[in-house]
Amino acid sequence: MTYDLSAIGSQFFVGLSRSMILFIVTAGLSIVLGVLRVPNVAHGSLYMIGAFSAFSITKLVPGATGFWLALLVAPLVVALVSFIAERALFCHLYQREHLMLLLFTFALSLILGDLVKITWGAEYKSIMAPKFFDGSVSILGASIPRYNFFLLIIGPLVAVGLWLLTNKTKLGKIARAAAVDREMVGAVGINVSWVFAFAFVFGCFMGGLGGALMAPTISITLGMDHNIVIEGFLIVTIGGLGNMWGAMVGSLIFGLTQAFGVLFWPQFAIVFPYTAVVIVLLLRPRGILKSVW
Amino acid sequence: MLKNFSLKSLFACLVLLVILLILPPILPRFYTYIFSSIFVTALLAMSLNMVVGHGGLFQFHHGAFYGVGAYAFALLLYKAHMPMWFGFIVAPVIAAFTGFVIGWFCVRSTSLYFGMLQISLGSLLWAIVFRWYSLTNGDDGIHGVPIPSSISSSSNAYYFILFFFVLCLVVMYLIHRSPFGMTLQAIRDNPARCSAVGINVRRHQLMAIVIATFFAGVAGVLFVVLEKSVFPDLLFWVLSLEIFIMCLLGGWFTFAGPILGAAITVALRTFAGIYTEYWTLILGVLLILLIFFLPEGVMGFFVRKFGKRGGEEDALGRGEHAEG
Repeated sequence: MTYDLSAIGSQFFVGLSRSMILFIVTAGLSIVLGVLRVPNVAHGSLYMIGAFSAFSITKLVPGATGFWLALLVAPLVVALVSFIAERALFCHLYQREHLMLLLFTFALSLILGDLVKITWGAEYKSIMAPKFFDGSVSILGASIPRYNFFLLIIGPLVAVGLWLLTNKTKLGKIARAAAVDREMVGAVGINVSWVFAFAFVFGCFMGGLGGALMAPTISITLGMDHNIVIEGFLIVTIGGLGNMWGAMVGSLIFGLTQAFGVLFWPQFAIVFPYTAVVIVLLLRPRGILKSVW
Repeated sequence: MLKNFSLKSLFACLVLLVILLILPPILPRFYTYIFSSIFVTALLAMSLNMVVGHGGLFQFHHGAFYGVGAYAFALLLYKAHMPMWFGFIVAPVIAAFTGFVIGWFCVRSTSLYFGMLQISLGSLLWAIVFRWYSLTNGDDGIHGVPIPSSISSSSNAYYFILFFFVLCLVVMYLIHRSPFGMTLQAIRDNPARCSAVGINVRRHQLMAIVIATFFAGVAGVLFVVLEKSVFPDLLFWVLSLEIFIMCLLGGWFTFAGPILGAAITVALRTFAGIYTEYWTLILGVLLILLIFFLPEGVMGFFVRKFGKRGGEEDALGRGEHAEG
């Protein structure tokens, strides 16, 4: 078998753009892991709610405006859902052991999964990206769909925005401090419970944003939560738990190995990223970059 | 070894066993099936509890070994046309061997890292099974596994499964009460001190994983005997978390708690499933209520409330009671 260079190139860029969505989703997961120390199993459900909300919004407001509105409003819907769940239930459990928190988020994912089924039904849904994204762009001789090109721009923008938020704002600094030593943060008079609430809601917001961005490239369906959440966990683990740049590195590894898997051995494409994760974890059991734990 | 096991509990177990033995002729076939299903699930949950509840390990992907056992058994019978007894012996051994290999890598890390490494290795297995169409039929699964006619009828399958369920329970109980089981619980409570007094912590943990995955493999085989089919969902992580929930429902630190948890979950899925397609919603709400109000599980609650005299050992008798 021979592969021409442009096919490899375009597969590379498609993989890269998928990595960007994975990064946005897993950065949210990583924030929750870093600050609350909880692997949020419900993150996938919130991602799914993001995609379904985006679908409803594009139905209500047709055309390109609807699409941009969906990118803005869908994550807010997700943030609202997670805010309610956090303040009503989750915030009372922070003193419990980790395993309980993990099981709570699993219970939440069971409930949210069925709520999505009740609200949107079990049929497949799809969103059309605006006309503006039709066609493809060519980079270095490789042609990639315009929407994927758009994702390639969004991903780094989000990364820079997150970096500014966590390193240059007071809120971000407090959140990072709470991740390292929550008692000390409480001792200097900061309400740790609200810092946790903010981190949780913000992390879920990122999940919703990822879902909305992903929506035009896939068919939106029940069960899409299960795959993303397992991929997300593996990505944050190989990157280094709670480390935002780790989420980026992990997403790149995962997205690119999957893209090249499709090219070289389509039948076993999904085996490639898992193998990559296993190799990384065997070489560096605590992840590539420094974890905050 | 059995000195803590009071006569009363033993008697209760025997009564329950007799009840279970006379059930199939008087119950409709559907209920016979439900009970068999509960035994299989309960065995799986018990095997997980050996490492999670008693060993304190974050065994996040226990379902993978259940799936390996089930697939090994199904493939041996369906593709290799091996005799049933051969498959029955070899499949759990394959599951235990998989557990050894995965466990060998996992015990090098602790807590969440242990769990994550296991999820990734288990998911790798899932991905292979899911995609290897020529061997496993991929996402279609394998249907119509040739189970010998002597145990394929629903009541015969019931007795077959019940026999091996009880056998495994007795063996597990003996392991639980053995010096090895005690050491394991000591490691759970204080790994640093255990290693200070000269216990090889990792070797014990690995041993516990191998034993637990062997029993998970047995559960997988019994699943195939009952359902005559296998599918990749058996190795998916969602199932693994469901088993985790069963242990929580019943109670982590009791011996027989997971049986109760499995019974509740299977019954809920079956009977809530008749009235509504949203049974996972009910399970989720139940789980949240449990986390808030009964964190030690249903069995743990009963043991704490009524079981002052007998301590944990009484849990077995009471647990079997509650299930019946």
